[in-house]
Amino acid sequence: MKAITLDNITKTYDKGKVLAVDKASFELEQGETFGLIGPDGAGKTSIFRVLTTLLLPDGGNATVAGYDVVKQYELIRNCIGYMPGRFSLYQDLTVEENLNFFATIFNTSIEENYELIKDIYVQIEPFKTRRAGKLSGGMKQKLALCCALIHKPVVLFLDEPTTGVDAVSRVEFWEMLKRLKYQGITILVSTPYMDEAALCDRIALIEGGKILSIDSPANTVKKYPGKLFAVKSANMHRLLHDLRDYEGTRSCFTFGDSMHLSFKQDSDNAVSTLTNYLTGKGQQQLEITEIPAGIEDYFIRITEKQNEQHSHTS
Amino acid sequence: MSNIAIQADKLTKRFDDFTAVDAITFDVRQGEIFGFVGANGAGKTTAMRILCGLSIPTSGTATVAGFDVYKDAEKIKKNIGYMSQKFSLYEDLTVMENITFYAGIYGLSNQEIKDRGAELLTRLGIEHEAKTFVASLPLGWKQKLAFSVAVIHRPKIVFLDEPTGGVDPVTRRQFWDLIYEAADRGITVFVTTHYMDEAEYCNRVSVMVDGRIDAFDTPANLKKKFSVESMNEVFYQLARGAKRKAD
Repeated sequence: MKAITLDNITKTYDKGKVLAVDKASFELEQGETFGLIGPDGAGKTSIFRVLTTLLLPDGGNATVAGYDVVKQYELIRNCIGYMPGRFSLYQDLTVEENLNFFATIFNTSIEENYELIKDIYVQIEPFKTRRAGKLSGGMKQKLALCCALIHKPVVLFLDEPTTGVDAVSRVEFWEMLKRLKYQGITILVSTPYMDEAALCDRIALIEGGKILSIDSPANTVKKYPGKLFAVKSANMHRLLHDLRDYEGTRSCFTFGDSMHLSFKQDSDNAVSTLTNYLTGKGQQQLEITEIPAGIEDYFIRITEKQNEQHSHTS
Repeated sequence: MSNIAIQADKLTKRFDDFTAVDAITFDVRQGEIFGFVGANGAGKTTAMRILCGLSIPTSGTATVAGFDVYKDAEKIKKNIGYMSQKFSLYEDLTVMENITFYAGIYGLSNQEIKDRGAELLTRLGIEHEAKTFVASLPLGWKQKLAFSVAVIHRPKIVFLDEPTGGVDPVTRRQFWDLIYEAADRGITVFVTTHYMDEAEYCNRVSVMVDGRIDAFDTPANLKKKFSVESMNEVFYQLARGAKRKAD
């Protein structure tokens, strides 16, 4: 049995005027950590709400833990954990009261499943008498994860658990997920941070309600067509303009301390021709290196066409 | 001192026995893109609130656009712009209504609002969208509009509080084009972000840890100092040692 199946799920809002999810299909194996990667408004949360039985889809079928999301929603609700994007615990209950509350409504107790949350809970236990509303972002996140886990769900839904969280806390959060994975829990997680994609078993890239690619992170970046180069110079700001003006440039984007460039044609002399052009423009300390594409490079590449259409039509 | 936009000297803010901002000293030059990064809870928001004239420090000194944070908070507010991803435009007002509202708040005259509003729409190429509700604009446009509105009163400094959170990779980069253009026009840009690749785009970066500024230099110098390849690693090395990150 698959942990999650999604078959041509469509969801619209505003009497069909807004298409949020457009015939999305994917499947999760049991124990898999699957990432839904895309920007705000891509349709990630709508998919989460359909799967957690909070929204009815307009079309298509979906199952979670073998149960149908429309007909067997009660069974699904008993066996999943859901951490919504917006902090949804009771702000005026303490850490411990929140956890007790969620344990009780699922007919269990903190003690019964303590093993599962122990690693995470010990970090917030010193503050167990503090009201949830008074916690910092990182601690709220940990408490929310504990509350989503306390009834030992078979599938865990995490909707943007790391948005607005700093780079160090994000690394820690993914460490926690890795430990949950070893306990056999299936995890569907969404994130707008492309660098987190590498930590999933498989990822789906999503934009404008459409699933654009489903594969392992390693295979996803291998699908990048053509070569990619990192270009650096002493004057990066002007370099961007020069590269965008260059007639051989297919696309050029800033990536941290370098520009990522792809040529219209990957000919043998593409790099030397570009070097001459840039030197002629007065660019100094030039470095042009071929590099492997990352998830973000691939995402930009496959969404490019949509963006072009967007800027022309809207 | 006219080329200094922000100057902070041992700036400190305490809440009871908790030192949120611990004697930070730094300066931001006119026209500079200044990256203000730090872990959650490091004290960034508190420091930024002081610099925006919204909170009085406990001790130390600071001037923003030449105005003292203790005495001239109101003048600071008039001379800065502010934008964040969380709060920027009113979705249920039209493009022009948002422009009029913000320009009005900043005290621009009706004539100025009309002129600069038209100029802004032309520059962004959205003249025909003046009567469109902001809610129905594509995200990339919303971002550009929010930024342009934040500088409509031509402030000396603009504070950008995580302006690109959750934004798609292309729009995020287009937003930085706007930041560069503003800096070219002489506007000082003070920006916070959780994307460490964006820290690389700043002229100088300060990294806050436990209320202190533990590093403050150009991205190139910081990487050299920590012997690493990226700002992400610089940040990780510094923030990993934070004691109060869990709180």
